[in-house]
Amino acid sequence: MSRFSRKVTLVLFAWMTLTSGNAQELSADDMRSLDGQVQEIKSDVLDIASDLGILEERLLYPTGTQLAVFVSMGEKETFRLDAVQIEIDGEMATHHIYSYQELEALRKGGVQRVYTGNVVTGDHELRVTMIGKLDNGKDFSESDSFAFAKGVKPKALGVTLAGPGLGKTGIHVGDL
Amino acid sequence: MLRAPFSAIGLLITACLASSPVRGDALKDPYFGEALYHAHQGLFFEALERLDTEVKQHGGVDEPELDTLYHHIDDAEFSLGDFELRYRMHHRAGRAIKAVLEGAVDEEVRNDAAYRLARIHFQKNQLTDALQALERIEGRVPEAIRDDVEFLRANVLVSQGRPAESIDVLKNLQDSRNYGGFAAFNLGIAYLRGGQRDAALSQLDRAGQRKTDDPAELAIRDRSNLVLGTIYMESADYERAIPVLNRVRLDGPYSNQALLSSGWANLSLDQFERAVVPWSILAEREVTDSATQEAMLALPYAYGKLNVHGRAAVSYGAALDSFGAEVDKLNASIDSIRDGKFLEALIREEIRRDKNWVVRLRSLPDTPETYYLMELLASHDFQAGLQNYLDLADLRRKLLAWQGSFDSFEEIVEVRRSHYEPLLPDIDAEFRELDSRMRLRLEQHKMLVKRRDDLLTTPQPKFLATRDEQALLRQLDHLEAALGSSESAFASSLLHRINRLKGIVTWTLETEYHDRLTRFDKNLRSLDEAMAVAQQQYDQYVRSRQAATHSYNGYDKPVKQLRAKVGNAVDTVERLMARQGRLLEIVAIDELVARRGRLASYGDKARFALADSYDRATQAQARRDNSQ
Repeated sequence: MSRFSRKVTLVLFAWMTLTSGNAQELSADDMRSLDGQVQEIKSDVLDIASDLGILEERLLYPTGTQLAVFVSMGEKETFRLDAVQIEIDGEMATHHIYSYQELEALRKGGVQRVYTGNVVTGDHELRVTMIGKLDNGKDFSESDSFAFAKGVKPKALGVTLAGPGLGKTGIHVGDL
Repeated sequence: MLRAPFSAIGLLITACLASSPVRGDALKDPYFGEALYHAHQGLFFEALERLDTEVKQHGGVDEPELDTLYHHIDDAEFSLGDFELRYRMHHRAGRAIKAVLEGAVDEEVRNDAAYRLARIHFQKNQLTDALQALERIEGRVPEAIRDDVEFLRANVLVSQGRPAESIDVLKNLQDSRNYGGFAAFNLGIAYLRGGQRDAALSQLDRAGQRKTDDPAELAIRDRSNLVLGTIYMESADYERAIPVLNRVRLDGPYSNQALLSSGWANLSLDQFERAVVPWSILAEREVTDSATQEAMLALPYAYGKLNVHGRAAVSYGAALDSFGAEVDKLNASIDSIRDGKFLEALIREEIRRDKNWVVRLRSLPDTPETYYLMELLASHDFQAGLQNYLDLADLRRKLLAWQGSFDSFEEIVEVRRSHYEPLLPDIDAEFRELDSRMRLRLEQHKMLVKRRDDLLTTPQPKFLATRDEQALLRQLDHLEAALGSSESAFASSLLHRINRLKGIVTWTLETEYHDRLTRFDKNLRSLDEAMAVAQQQYDQYVRSRQAATHSYNGYDKPVKQLRAKVGNAVDTVERLMARQGRLLEIVAIDELVARRGRLASYGDKARFALADSYDRATQAQARRDNSQ
């Protein structure tokens, strides 16, 4: 029986060292060699994505009319943002419902490009509505309108959201 | 020897995503923020795509200090390397991080970069390079990675076969909040590898009794006890092995191995009844586990030692049936893998949305093989290959979607071309007319401005005469010329009258000169404004005209080139997926074949033992009958 026991002990150590056979090791070598090629194609596809992004922007959102709206959350904000709606000149531009991951990304300082579109040069109105829940569990909805002027250069507007305070708006818009 | 512990611990080395380097400062570049937004969601391809483009564009601007990324360029380059690392692009990540190391960056940023570079080298098993990168760390080290650095240093030293040097490093980590439990275990292993057996035993004993409620630390505590128990068993010190093995939690990841070893330790001490206890528990567990399978054989063996041969025979029979059923399942699994079902299961979208997708694989219908591959899925090389396969599948999805968008691009361009091209000749003709008139007016305006400026320096009242006054003066000049050199009294009277009239006009021009100049200047300024509006409209027209052309010109070539690139990339991705997938299948099948072989061997043993138990049971029965 002690032979059987010794065998078990050996199996245990074999398990701990993960040296589980020549065939697997050979395949592991192959996998490592493939890894380099996978990294190369990732790099190529990233370059393609970058070129494609630039082409798409040029084609769909020319600089003369381009408008981008970015959403971020104020620092140390703890309210739960459920959705944001953006209207431009009274027309619905976009509406976004936030997943948990997206909300966490905003809380950690990420900036979401919520809208990219085209507007003519001149004066316009941006209306932002946010829907969420306060720390005390109370639902809230807040809207505010902002005037902005579109020139010949691409326009980027930053919407910063904060939990609504006493008599204070939680929505701030500025040029980026 | 230590590869398994360290590779398992290595999963915990990964530092947190560069915790929003710009969070403390005002973010000035929204595109960098956008990259972070993707990265914080684990979407590293999208993050890289955004940040890579932004950094490249920043590199191409004439006055970088006016670019919004200028304020964050060090963070951006650092993040680029970080994202590449997380997207498993170690080659590029290494280059990016080296660039940060060589740049004029803050000491803490440089040290963080050196740590990341060391980690890349360690993951690629380039131990000397890893140590060199760690040696570049000096001065202020970000608090968040201080323990990470030391833990990595210890891992590198042990992996280099220098356990003695790692001991001091690990000793300093014993109270680390993140690494305390792991450092305690690793210190025991370092002692063991350094030949200090007694110190190793004491250290593993300490590591096996740490107070903690953290799941990862509980697991490493179990592991410490399992390794310590195994060392005792190896030296036939079964009495010491048993209490140590009994410290392993029954619901932890190492409980099966601990139960199995505990049974063998008791059996070796001829405590057969005590051996039955852990093996009975283990034999009821998931039959795909190799420890369970071994316990199914060991349990009737113990019954045999207790002379309960009938029960032993029944247990051997049950094990035999179970092994047979498992062999059938394994055969089905091998066939399933060969049919490509395993790879199909891996890339199922609904599975991958779940953070614990590897675990959920087990519950997938029609994929029996995933039952057996949990251990394999946990191994580093297989995971790396698997991740590559999944990344390739993602790339393929993206590329195929892009391929579809090229048709749309071409259609947009064509619609714009067919709309604008018939209109433009007429518009251009009108524009040329407008353009010549505009130029004429601009010339006239320029002339008037010059005249006003001249009048300000050299007054010329005649220049401000009205049309009537000019006509009157011309007429008077004409009459004066008609009189010629006549010296008659009548002519003299007429000349006198002409001069008087000229005098009146001149008087008016001289006395009203300043008022007239002021009016002229005022009118000219109004004209300036009108001209500015005209110029603005002219410029807007030119821009619109250019935009119309640019909306469909110059796209054919880039779209064609990108289409070709995407096509080539799809081919490459599919080729690599096939190779990577095939390798995964081979490794998986090898694993299943090995398991099948082991089960067949267990089956043979069970068959012999079953027959032997029957014989012994029969003999015992005969002896009992005889004695009665």
